[in-house]
Amino acid sequence: MSPLQIKKGSSKHSAYDLRDPNAELIETHTLAVIVDNESGVLARVIGLFSARGYNIDSLTVAEVDHLGHRSRITVVTSGTPQVITQIKAQLERMVIVHEVHDLTVEGPSVQRELALFKVKGRGDARIEALRLAEIFRANVVDSTLESFVFEMTGTPEKVDAFAELMRPLGLIEVARTGVAALARGA
Amino acid sequence: MTRQMTGAKMVVQALKDQGVEVVFGYPGGAVLPIYDEVFQQNDIRHILVRHEQGAIHAAEGYARSTGKPGVVLVTSGPGATNVVTGIVDALMDSIPIVVLSGQVPTFMIGSDAFQEGDTVGITRPCTKMNWLVKETDKLAETIHQAFHVATTGRPGPVLVDIPKDVQFATGTYCEKPKAKTDHYAPRVKGDPEMITKLVELMETAERPVFYTGGGVINSGPGASHLLREFAEATGFPVTSTLMGLGAYPASGKSWLGMLGMHGTYQANWAMHDCDLMINIGARFDDRITGRINAFSPGSKKAHIDIDPSSINKVIHTDVPIIGDVGHVLEDALKIWKSRGRKVNREALARWWKQIEEWKAVDCLAYKPSSGVIRPQHALARLEALTKGMDRYITTEVGQHQMWAAQYLGFEDPNRWMTSGGLGTMGYGLPASVGVQIAHPDALVINVAGEASWLMNMQEMGTAMQYRAPVKQFILNNERLGMVRQWQELLHGERYSSSWSEALPDFVKLAEAFGCKGIRCDNEADLDDAIRDMLAYDGPVIFDCLVEKHENCFPMIPSGNAHNDMILGDAKTQGVIGASGAVLV
Ligand SMILES: Cc1cc2nc3c(=O)[nH]c(=O)nc-3n(C[C@H](O)[C@H](O)[C@H](O)COP(=O)(O)OP(=O)(O)OC[C@H]3O[C@@H](n4cnc5c(N)ncnc54)[C@H](O)[C@@H]3O)c2cc1C
Ligand SMILES: Cc1ncc(C[n+]2csc(CCOP(=O)(O)OP(=O)(O)O)c2C)c(N)n1
Repeated sequence: MSPLQIKKGSSKHSAYDLRDPNAELIETHTLAVIVDNESGVLARVIGLFSARGYNIDSLTVAEVDHLGHRSRITVVTSGTPQVITQIKAQLERMVIVHEVHDLTVEGPSVQRELALFKVKGRGDARIEALRLAEIFRANVVDSTLESFVFEMTGTPEKVDAFAELMRPLGLIEVARTGVAALARGA
Repeated sequence: MTRQMTGAKMVVQALKDQGVEVVFGYPGGAVLPIYDEVFQQNDIRHILVRHEQGAIHAAEGYARSTGKPGVVLVTSGPGATNVVTGIVDALMDSIPIVVLSGQVPTFMIGSDAFQEGDTVGITRPCTKMNWLVKETDKLAETIHQAFHVATTGRPGPVLVDIPKDVQFATGTYCEKPKAKTDHYAPRVKGDPEMITKLVELMETAERPVFYTGGGVINSGPGASHLLREFAEATGFPVTSTLMGLGAYPASGKSWLGMLGMHGTYQANWAMHDCDLMINIGARFDDRITGRINAFSPGSKKAHIDIDPSSINKVIHTDVPIIGDVGHVLEDALKIWKSRGRKVNREALARWWKQIEEWKAVDCLAYKPSSGVIRPQHALARLEALTKGMDRYITTEVGQHQMWAAQYLGFEDPNRWMTSGGLGTMGYGLPASVGVQIAHPDALVINVAGEASWLMNMQEMGTAMQYRAPVKQFILNNERLGMVRQWQELLHGERYSSSWSEALPDFVKLAEAFGCKGIRCDNEADLDDAIRDMLAYDGPVIFDCLVEKHENCFPMIPSGNAHNDMILGDAKTQGVIGASGAVLV
């Protein structure tokens, strides 16, 4: 009797070879999930992602319809096409979920994120930081003799790029809201 | 007219309005007001279990055998945590369960109060939905919603956590029809275009197979009826998962037996070689698929399921049909008839000829023994001696469970209660009590292994108290048999902690509970002993001492393909070799 052959590279959760043949095709999708604004809703949605091993790249949530008692969760997630489909199906079947929109496939969308950057420095570095901030249309919302706090809105890529540039100039702290997104047009 | 009443009274009123007849539960401080109301009425029967896990498995047995939701009432803290295993069990097996739990008063939540536990937090990932009710005015509506969610779409467990002050306070009762439930309404009708596509495939299929599952049972007896009609009319072979046994009768001419890890040779080969697989309410569980990339490589796959997340979860589906089995089968049958009832007769005849060859392997044959009882034989005799009776079977988890699935025949749905998805040892005894409460005059047998049975044996007390004449048919191999089998086959025969030592004397145990104990250790006495058990008007603990090292075959070892099957009997090994199977 041969021992159970556990294939190298098979999923760590199972002795079965559950690898998706398209495993290399990781896609990033932005989902807008309209939910009841009730206590525990966020825990429920996050719990689904952690329980099933899905990725959360970014997540934002806030009430968007006070009378209708609805919140909008914007979640950026990544996975194979099959996993993305599962995520949507799993979200859709939750009792507290009203709608799930995949903004990545439903047409063009606008994505924005708000970020705050604290940059510490004097002399040339300080001047350079200010100059770059202007180019990126970041506002100074706090300043001392040796620091700035910049505020910037933009796509996650723009926020990343700005952070990259600020790093050598004395970036010491970043706060990001995560992505909010809407489909274009009406 | 609005009705004012206390929260505790609302609970009882809402249960009545939901048509609940039985509640399984256990009292404690945080539910005393509700118990006080239960005491003062006669419409709802409360079954006092011996452990909350017993309550929820009993409710599962009740639910699965009646098609109605099972209701559980427990106190806060330990009462609630004790039902968690059962909640997960019900979630995995799609059983509608409503758990009502007491909670510490709202003003004490978060203070580490006595018997406080974060019940909604703990059960959030394992319920379909749960609620903490903070206002008495919302209590009745929440309970109505809970019943709606538990029983609509893919059934499952829900929990309503009710703080004690909410039970004491007075509020307005929300009548059942006024409760808002419309938001949760999964689709039951399938897409006609997809159904037509399925019918087209059925008309030309050369090697079709119906792969049916628990969803047929969930859909109700009507669905089983339609399945039978469809299978008879088309002549397509039918196999079923563990959870779907009874949807198509074991005596039916198209029956192949169960499929999967311990399924029959013919069922697994039919799945492997088919050109059209029609999945009806099954979820491509890993006990079924084996190695994914070797699973039925040449077939087109249709999948009927009410839960969109079941479709394309593990296996790619060519014809996805989201809807209720009963509704979809009805439409499919209509469309198939209206298009002239076509099937590919010639190819089907060839297909059946092939299937007959596989059947001839006789994969469930076991070596006759002299003296020592073989577990398969014990079940074959149980089957023979109870055939035609109004019979319900529950099981524990292990080899005995698989043998029960293999050697007992189920003619109707809702007659077979087993823990499939979670595989919860300790499920069978309490489940049998729940079934018997629902069907007081029926024959209810729990096919058990001694190790599983010990896990919830306290529920014999419940059986005694309520005169539930459940028969505990224990296949006692003095081993954690299924574990032992895996250790023998996969871990170099190192039997690490897989035997049952210091077992109780089951006959004396029966006497201690006040019921009947029977021991049988010889094949020659078996029939008489079983007859004794059946004849006894009351609960019986039947200690059937069986061969200790019997393995359960056929078996597809984890991670293997369907045609990599281990058969039990030496005489059949050539057959697999000839068919290209590798593992023997
Ligand atoms: C020791 C052990 C060994 C096992 N070996 C085997 C084995 O050899 N063979 C085997 O088959 N199983 C075996 N099992 C059981 C296995 O683990 C799974 O529980 C079982 O295979 C799942 O059955 P199912 O696919 O019918 O799905 P279920 O768990 O019954 O799920 C039902 C499916 O139907 C859907 N559904 C529900 N209601 C409806 C409706 N009204 N309309 C449409 N769809 C609906 C659900 O969404 C779900 O996808 C074993 C279990 C144990 C503990
Ligand atoms: C609660 C729980 N713990 C552990 C297991 C793992 N397990 C599966 S089968 C089995 C042995 C069951 O032994 P027994 O009830 O005697 O049945 P047998 O296999 O001998 O028929 C064990 C330990 C389980 N399924 N459930």
